[in-house]
Amino acid sequence: MLTEALVVSAVLFVVGTFGVLVRRNAIIMFLCIELQLNAANLAFVAFSRHLGIDGQIFVFFVMTVAAAEAAVGLAIIIAIFRHYQTVSVDNFNLLKW
Amino acid sequence: MTEILFYVFSAVAVGSAIAMVTRSNPVASLLFMVATLASVAGLYILFEAHFLAAVQIIVYAGAIMVLFLFVIMLLNLGHDYQRDLKGGAWAILSFIVAGAMAGVLARQFGGTGASPIYEHFRGAEKIDALLAEQGAVGIIAHPLFTDYVVAFELVGILLLVAIVGAVALAKRRV
Repeated sequence: MLTEALVVSAVLFVVGTFGVLVRRNAIIMFLCIELQLNAANLAFVAFSRHLGIDGQIFVFFVMTVAAAEAAVGLAIIIAIFRHYQTVSVDNFNLLKW
Repeated sequence: MTEILFYVFSAVAVGSAIAMVTRSNPVASLLFMVATLASVAGLYILFEAHFLAAVQIIVYAGAIMVLFLFVIMLLNLGHDYQRDLKGGAWAILSFIVAGAMAGVLARQFGGTGASPIYEHFRGAEKIDALLAEQGAVGIIAHPLFTDYVVAFELVGILLLVAIVGAVALAKRRV
């Protein structure tokens, strides 16, 4: 079942990557990053079944960091929305040359 | 039984993930993401990670997704949404990047020819014995407060910094 779980994890990760690349809504891009983190977590849990409990500890830490990242990222999106009245990343081009 | 459940949860997870990426309504996207997270929690249970499955439901599907939903509703993005998939050359490029990544991962995980090294791991019996002895929470808690205690405390500080940062970023200028 390990190989199958790794395949599911890979598929979820690729779908998340595609979503980050192809969507314009900043919040949905964030959601896709969370999906990638979850795919990595699934691989960790699948390996931890055979290699020891440390993988699950790592998943625990990844979840905590994901929570912190979501809080700060959404605060940044709210701050940007106050300036531009949109969350479409096409409009955030101030740093482009 | 386990095999069937595994394939059901996997299919729901992948299907909702694809739906999540392709829906243009942000709220619908979010609800599909919740379905994905719940199915991944089911997969965790199949891999005997009961505590993580509970945390996945409570923290991820409960707290973090509600935070996303709160922001979507605060910014009033739930209606008059337009299709926001990038088209043309960029979409083709994204397909190529995703396909290349899938190829690399398939080569790594599938292992054409020589069998992958992780097929020889035989640690599941040891984990099961530990699980029966210490319980689903104890098996996580023991290493968390001994071997990984420094990382645990650092994560606490990180969460505090994230709270202060989020409040400072999101508040209105006074």
